[in-house]
Amino acid sequence: MRRLLALTAALTLATADQTAQAQAQDGLAWDSVVAAARGQTVYWHAWGGDPRINAFIASVGQDLQARHGVTLEHVRLADTADAVTRVIAERQAGRDSGGAVDAIWINGANFAAMKDQGLLFGPFTQALPNWPLVDTTANPAILVDFTQPVEGYGSPWAMFQMVYEHDTAVLPEPPRSIDALRAWIADNPGRFTYPQPPDFLGTSFLKQVLHGVLDDPSMLMRPAEDADYDAVTAPLWTFLDEITPNLWRQGRAYPANEPALGQLLADGEVDIAFSFNPGRASAAIAAGELPDTVRTFVFDDGTLANASFLAIPYNAANREGALVLANLILDPAIQARAQDPAILGFQTVLGLDRLSDADRARFRALDLGIATLAPDAMGMGLDEPHPSWMTRIAEDWVARYGTAP
Amino acid sequence: MARLGLLAALTVLGLPVLAGLAGVIGPAFGYLPALGGQAFSLEPWRGLLAWPGLAGAVRLSVVTGFLATLIALGLTFLIVAAWQGRPGFAWLTRVLAPMLALPHAAAAFGLAFLIAPSGWIARGLSPWATGWDRPPDLLIVNDPLGLALVAGLVVKEVPFLLLMTLAALPQTDSHRSLLVAQSLGYGRTVGWLKVVAPRVYAQIRLPVYAVLAYAMSVVDVAVILGPTRPPTLAVQILDWTTDPDLSLRFQAAAGSVLQLGLVVAALGVWRAGEGLVGGLWTRWATRGARGVVADPALRRLATGAAGAVGLAVGLGLAGLFLWSVAGLWRFPAAWPEVLTLRTWAGEVVALGPVTGQTALIALGATVAALVLAVAALQARPDPGRWVLALIYLPLVVPQIAFVPGLASLALVLGLDGTAVSVALAHLVFVLPYVVLVLAEPWRAWDHRAGLAAAALGARPARVLWAVRLPMLFRALLAAVAVGFATSVAQYLPTLLIGAGRVGTITTEAVALASSSNRRLIGVWAVVQMALPLAMFALCLLLPALLFRNRQGMRTG
Repeated sequence: MRRLLALTAALTLATADQTAQAQAQDGLAWDSVVAAARGQTVYWHAWGGDPRINAFIASVGQDLQARHGVTLEHVRLADTADAVTRVIAERQAGRDSGGAVDAIWINGANFAAMKDQGLLFGPFTQALPNWPLVDTTANPAILVDFTQPVEGYGSPWAMFQMVYEHDTAVLPEPPRSIDALRAWIADNPGRFTYPQPPDFLGTSFLKQVLHGVLDDPSMLMRPAEDADYDAVTAPLWTFLDEITPNLWRQGRAYPANEPALGQLLADGEVDIAFSFNPGRASAAIAAGELPDTVRTFVFDDGTLANASFLAIPYNAANREGALVLANLILDPAIQARAQDPAILGFQTVLGLDRLSDADRARFRALDLGIATLAPDAMGMGLDEPHPSWMTRIAEDWVARYGTAP
Repeated sequence: MARLGLLAALTVLGLPVLAGLAGVIGPAFGYLPALGGQAFSLEPWRGLLAWPGLAGAVRLSVVTGFLATLIALGLTFLIVAAWQGRPGFAWLTRVLAPMLALPHAAAAFGLAFLIAPSGWIARGLSPWATGWDRPPDLLIVNDPLGLALVAGLVVKEVPFLLLMTLAALPQTDSHRSLLVAQSLGYGRTVGWLKVVAPRVYAQIRLPVYAVLAYAMSVVDVAVILGPTRPPTLAVQILDWTTDPDLSLRFQAAAGSVLQLGLVVAALGVWRAGEGLVGGLWTRWATRGARGVVADPALRRLATGAAGAVGLAVGLGLAGLFLWSVAGLWRFPAAWPEVLTLRTWAGEVVALGPVTGQTALIALGATVAALVLAVAALQARPDPGRWVLALIYLPLVVPQIAFVPGLASLALVLGLDGTAVSVALAHLVFVLPYVVLVLAEPWRAWDHRAGLAAAALGARPARVLWAVRLPMLFRALLAAVAVGFATSVAQYLPTLLIGAGRVGTITTEAVALASSSNRRLIGVWAVVQMALPLAMFALCLLLPALLFRNRQGMRTG
């Protein structure tokens, strides 16, 4: 009970005016969160399909233990929705406290579903002592996730932007726009594919195409129900009808997800792959999984960008520990570690101008890696459309291409 | 006391299945209060029928299920018919037995890497024989007809049916029947098929049903090798179950009920087919063709089949191991450019505790199953039809149809998320296999030893502990090995009852499967396979060690 009171105090204060006095009390209240967290074990449900991410999470766990006496258990998920299912099942069974999921790595449709259903704890982000270091101006996706206001229910920990990958030894000059890609696929049958929707990256590619073929992409920011859906998406289906016969396996099979697509590039089965992590190619080269002739590129008119969040279910058993974890991941030293391409290559959510000189130096010292684009070469980050577009496009894709004729 | 054991065993088998089924029937008709489903409706069924891939998914599940079962059964009979009683047969069974311990997912990964256009076979032949510098654009794995899926199921089910057949042979008087057939001029293989096969089939009917039900509803193998547009029904149900759009849970429950109906209908069709094939078989057998000429060809075919199954699994696993220590390995190199322990080093911290937990859960479930099985067999050494059917219930009802409901029940009772509850859930699947392995040796035990002990004044309990169990020690250990392997391989029960807090090697391995990272999959598949194999080895060595000075307890 005492723990809960301290927590409520911290959160109430955080959302109140940030006067000096309030900040002092804020610090006090945060101290009690930290004190309550000590000895807890936090179960962080996060996708477990990448050894580098798993190793990074393990290293965060060591810091969490050393600094705060909190144990971190990484529950490796095959699919983030498994954790959502879990929380739903618990509410179904009436377990409104003591839940098994303490923290989830989440964004997009999963986040929207949990927030809509009232399955998330919060708002909590402004109570985190490291929150002022986060740059929400340069990274608007932190406040609005897929057009859904985050409203403090998710703490950001990495920025992502879609980049394309190609092996310069095979393909020196890649196509840099949707139209150029269309022509290239026609000339190079069987050398391009995308993960099968409703996979996240595959559907993102469809949205990227839609962006490229629309005169006015701003209508994607409103729910799909408010637009003339059929008319808006017609050019997308025309595009897909045209390229499908020339896709890898003639479009009769698709890779399952981002790592499966990356494996096709590594095996030389395709010439162009893509990823939401701009540092993936460099990290894979460093790990010996891709040849060092692979480079990344972006489309001239921009690529989709979004943020990854840490959210806390409403019934989390170790809420304080999860809050301490959310704050720790925003620590400049740990953010710099995540951005190191030898470790992860994730883009930081922090604003370098908000850091101390010593912390800024950590980021400056990073070698971005052989295949990673410099920040000024990343081009424009496009806003993610409203989640309803993703859902409807994925459904339509399944009806049109996802069931054998 | 023993009667109580039988009752307990049957409860362990039947109750969870029925409770779990009840847990999906409600949502299938719109009732799930936590998601706002307060009233009964047919909406989930409308959603299911509106899914454009339904016809394709159902057709796939049925066709791959029947094909895999027919081929596996055919190959099994062919191998035994051609090889029983010949030198090499014992060796063959000794090689195949450990394959039973191999988790399906590991075998499927191995096979996928072997036959893919960028796989080991293509690499071995490129570029010198094929001229391929880049992998050919061929659809082999995930083919629309599901042939790769059928192949993956066959290589895993042949060892299972083979071992079941071996257990059934002693009750079929096969040696003498075969001798008579041969003396009447029948070829060895054709003679076996005509005279022994019908009797063996009657004995292994239930295992065959289990194979059919499993092949139709399997999730992990179908995800790895099966088609994707659409996938099989079971895979689609799991997709719906894990979709962020929560309303799809109702549709998933309706799909589960449909899956159950499909399996029941398929079993009915199979049962009807038994009568038809039986009649044709009798006519074939009584027509009198001796089949001597066909004998060498059939034997070569059987050898080829056994070799192909063994090679598919063996080379697949070797490939997985090689990936786990591979650095850069580009097509068409047949061998990695760099060998490194980097992947292993990265995983070793995570491997230790999970391996320990997996072994503990498997031991707990196996020991409990062994106690229940002995008690049940002691009460009814010759189980009737209904008892036998109940034993097979958890193997025949698709996991995807009742495990989610069971998990909800465990949650309501507050029993989820502990190692004990996961071990209990595993017990439901371990017990049938333990009973299967133990039943035949138990019945075949020479009762005269018990009579002699009783005549010397031993009470029934003493006969059991001091005579029967020690004499059956080898069979008990075989049951332990199979039960242990079954527990290690469980995916869905561990995932759902374990609540993410209790993970085993298998849940970790399947989670990593989503990474398509062959190096990582290699590491976990090797460990997933090594643990049950270590148990198998232990169970083989222990009797040799314990009975080294007991002449009568040695084999061969």
